[in-house]
Amino acid sequence: MTPTLGLFLIVSAGLFSIGLLAALSRRHAIFILIGIEMMLAAANINFIAFWRFSPQPQQPLGVMIAIFSIAISAAEAAVGLAMVIAVYRHYRTTNVDQLDQLKG
Amino acid sequence: MNSAAFVIIAILTLAGALAAATLQKLMHAALSFAVTFVGIAAFFFLLGAEFVGLALIFIYIGAVAVLIVFTILLTRRDVEKDRGFNWSGVAIAIAVFGALTWSILKTQSLSIVAPHVPALTVKRIGEALMTSYVWPLQCIGLLLTAALIGALILVMEEKR
Repeated sequence: MTPTLGLFLIVSAGLFSIGLLAALSRRHAIFILIGIEMMLAAANINFIAFWRFSPQPQQPLGVMIAIFSIAISAAEAAVGLAMVIAVYRHYRTTNVDQLDQLKG
Repeated sequence: MNSAAFVIIAILTLAGALAAATLQKLMHAALSFAVTFVGIAAFFFLLGAEFVGLALIFIYIGAVAVLIVFTILLTRRDVEKDRGFNWSGVAIAIAVFGALTWSILKTQSLSIVAPHVPALTVKRIGEALMTSYVWPLQCIGLLLTAALIGALILVMEEKR
């Protein structure tokens, strides 16, 4: 038995949920970024799987979307980590619960 | 497509992701993050997208994981204590996973097997990038340049 499209989607849904868990329940800013990266990678698995299981995988459409999405998430990770370092310089903490200066 | 390879890669990826999301030591979590992306790249190889898998390994394990390790080392004086764990996030994640899995299993058209096709060569990807996808490619180049400059400005020492 070969894996069907649904199995790939279930694994990708599991990866997305674990990324959501990391982004929602950790207080450390770097962990939140790690969770967001995992959710983006789960979306990339979906793009590639739908491309491979489509009736005409000759057109490299899904591969192109995955390449551009990887480039965008790399830019996002660079800016996000730079923001973590800048916030740490100002407040001496990376705990997102303590960054509540804008709270009313 | 091999089902044994699929099961092994799925277990590796999900275990790495779970470790990255729950481990208390920051450095261990960063290394589990790298393991997760090895698993995701293996999925891409299994699905016949070798170029994307290699790009993922280069970008995520070569650049992003190293960047995360550097950030952890630069913010190290922020000691790990009294962090706690937000349990409502666990409930939300389980609910999202349950809803997604239920809807995937309910959809009949998703239980198909991959058709046999000739492999996608790097030559074709390069041709497509340089012809029909040349505008998105230029926009990505602009975005990456802007992100590089922005990250540099964010971490630059402020003049007093």
